[in-house]
Amino acid sequence: MFILKSEKRVVMDVSAELQHASQAVESATDFSELIAELHRGLPAHCVLSRPEEKKPFECDGLTLFKAMPGLVVLPENEEQIIHVLKTCKKFSVPVVPRGAGTGLSGGATPHSQGVLLGVSKLNRIKRIDAQAATAIVEPGVRNLAVSEAAAAHDLYYAPDPSSQIACSIGGNIAENAGGVHCLKYGLTVHNVIRLRIVTIDGDIVELGADAPDAPGLNLLPAFIGSEGMLGIVTEVKVKLIPKPQLARVVMASFASVEAAGEAVKNIIGSGIIPAGLEMMDKRATHMVEPFVNAGYDLEAEAILLCESDGTEAEVQDEIGRMEKVFSDCGATRLQVSQSEQERLRFWAGRKNAFPAAGRVSPDYYCMDGTIPKSQLAHVLGEMVKMEEKYQLGCANVFHAGDGNLHPLILFDANDPDSVRRAEDFGADILELCIRVGGTVTGEHGVGLEKINQMCSQFSREELDAFTALKKAFDPDMLLNPTKQIPTLNRCAEYGRMHVHGGQIAFPDIERF
Amino acid sequence: MKFIKEDLTEQIAAAAAGRKQIVIRGGGTKAFYGNAITRSEQLVELDVTPYAGICSYEPSELVMTARCGTLLSDIEAALDEQNQRLAWEPPHFGDGATIGGAIATGLAGPGRMAAGGASDFVLGTVLMNAEGQELHFGGTVMKNVAGFDMSRLLTGSMGVFGPILEVSFKVLPKPIANITLLRHCTLREAFECFAQWQARALGVSAASWIPQDDAQDGTLYVRVSGAEPAVRQARQVLGGELVEETEAQALWRSLREQTHPFFSDTVWRICVPPQADPVNESVPLVEWGGAQRWLRQVSDVTNIRHAAAQRGGHATLFRAGAGTNQPADGVFHPLSDGVAGITRRLKSNLDPLGTFYSDRLLRNI
Repeated sequence: MFILKSEKRVVMDVSAELQHASQAVESATDFSELIAELHRGLPAHCVLSRPEEKKPFECDGLTLFKAMPGLVVLPENEEQIIHVLKTCKKFSVPVVPRGAGTGLSGGATPHSQGVLLGVSKLNRIKRIDAQAATAIVEPGVRNLAVSEAAAAHDLYYAPDPSSQIACSIGGNIAENAGGVHCLKYGLTVHNVIRLRIVTIDGDIVELGADAPDAPGLNLLPAFIGSEGMLGIVTEVKVKLIPKPQLARVVMASFASVEAAGEAVKNIIGSGIIPAGLEMMDKRATHMVEPFVNAGYDLEAEAILLCESDGTEAEVQDEIGRMEKVFSDCGATRLQVSQSEQERLRFWAGRKNAFPAAGRVSPDYYCMDGTIPKSQLAHVLGEMVKMEEKYQLGCANVFHAGDGNLHPLILFDANDPDSVRRAEDFGADILELCIRVGGTVTGEHGVGLEKINQMCSQFSREELDAFTALKKAFDPDMLLNPTKQIPTLNRCAEYGRMHVHGGQIAFPDIERF
Repeated sequence: MKFIKEDLTEQIAAAAAGRKQIVIRGGGTKAFYGNAITRSEQLVELDVTPYAGICSYEPSELVMTARCGTLLSDIEAALDEQNQRLAWEPPHFGDGATIGGAIATGLAGPGRMAAGGASDFVLGTVLMNAEGQELHFGGTVMKNVAGFDMSRLLTGSMGVFGPILEVSFKVLPKPIANITLLRHCTLREAFECFAQWQARALGVSAASWIPQDDAQDGTLYVRVSGAEPAVRQARQVLGGELVEETEAQALWRSLREQTHPFFSDTVWRICVPPQADPVNESVPLVEWGGAQRWLRQVSDVTNIRHAAAQRGGHATLFRAGAGTNQPADGVFHPLSDGVAGITRRLKSNLDPLGTFYSDRLLRNI
């Protein structure tokens, strides 16, 4: 995710397809026949074709990548979605699905020759079954709205991405969204029971079931995290869980990142699964403290936030065990939240790390690699060396419990050289994540942003297998083309080849 | 191991070249499960048990990676040493059960509703495709959204896309405390209890009702897992009689392994939402807080399938005893048209020559 505060446009690594598409914008493809056909199944106000109407949809949370969509279509129900997809299939027009547009990897970046299909109007919570602890919602419902509606029954929806106030369930499914609490309560994939989708052919298909499993292949988890490449979700059944009576957080300071990493290892090793376990390095605490006054220990090289939830007795018991592990690992300071207010204050810094980065640096670039926890000290050490190499600062906030790093590279978008260094720095971090056995994206998705790194992480045969799945749902490749799964040509262009077992992945392609 | 893997590659290549179809075999403990294999000269068996051994296990990462032929019992012993476990409690159904078979069948034990199913724990796989190439999907990290989640798709795929050579899965610490409580009650009373407990944070980790001699009377067993204070508190709320722990473990094992006398012959598995109305066939043995119901007698397959589907679930002839014929459309519930179409294309895209036998899971696809 690139956050650019300055208005100056910087061309970074925008995909070739996208650049090509952008150039074609003004050549104004004639959509009149398509529009006429769409109007046969949708009210006129659902089809937006004037530039001023389409402008707000030109990007998602990855604001660097912009393209004016050919058309924006905002259907109001499933029947209209079927009509849109059948029409697009008939005209062979690409379809880019969009939820709330908060995605950070360009998964909803429009296609200039295609239809941007927004599902925000499908925003009804259809049913909350308190006894069964389930909810049936439409894809445009905001993540937090599910928990708010369930609160009356003392239930909530567990996945809580930072954008939960705005992001939609449909988008969460596209990205397999996580959050601070997923270590204990799972990702989106663990909390969705059944999906109703419309395929590009306009067929309604149910994946999963009201029952805990369904006959045949396990298609439901393959659909979750598929970034809008396989179908359009029209209905979602999610699991709700009982709200814990109480939550408290331990804040522990450490004299080194290594000691904090060791403490993370020992917490999990001692049999505790905390409700949340986050790490911030010194640069991050120094960055956020003036912004939120959370009371962070500014002397510490790293601090850990470790949450326990449950009944009063359970929490007391678990907090005691957490404190012991941290003390044994040489924590230099330990604080336990004494009230809900204090708990929220401890978390405030972590949750506001991104805006705080925006205050101390003209621009920042947020990465999303995941690594095995045992590699933490090594990776952080390497990143310190990279700071020197690229002459840029980097603050680290980190979902420590599940190994998901969010390094924030601080740079200045007005300085092209700084931009280039930030980009190389980011790519270097991702390649490092792959080398230590991790992955290029833990929760933000590939979208357009990390499409090149996919070539490093996967072999040609593996990418072919992804394409096989894609084509099983969408044989003509009309849904969200050019995202998530790179083509062979794209990988050759990127020039970074997947190397596995000493073999080069694309021996038949000429290289320079 | 390199040699064994090369041998597997060669066997696959030879089968493909000879236009034969491959049936993958692990420990063979779950051979009864799925559509009966139509034996012919065209079928060759690929024994993957030699490809065995734990590749890596880091308790503080909560992740283990093992080769497909590794015995489930060896994995559990290694986890036990570190006070960890496979939370989805995969059934063994025999001494030779392997992790490859557990993942390929995707079956789960008594803890399913609280802990999740097999695919919820799978993080990464290495698949050997029909060309004998190794494909690596996912990895050893909990959060990974690079590419489609093929690993979870392969879980329960019964070998239709090839052997899962290696699998990485999440493991969990053992609960600090477990207790099992029982009460004698009717099936209807048991369902009332399940309904009351479902949306409450009581730490219920398993709930079953076992009939007494095909009668409406039976015994409800509930297991609670968690920290000591939580378990104590739940015991007060739930009531009932405390079952001695070794006895309790034996009981849950007998359900997981289906060594309980109820499972001595043919059983149908009815998987429905926990609070679905009872299906009026024979008296069920109920697991998963109502979501998994076992029937010994099913007189009309069409009726039972219809009843299960109406309740949002499906019906499977799980184990056919002597004299029980498999239904014409297979033991599994027929797929909807939409799912069948996607499945058909996926199979032919990933395995165009149909090298891997698929009828065991997918009939008429």
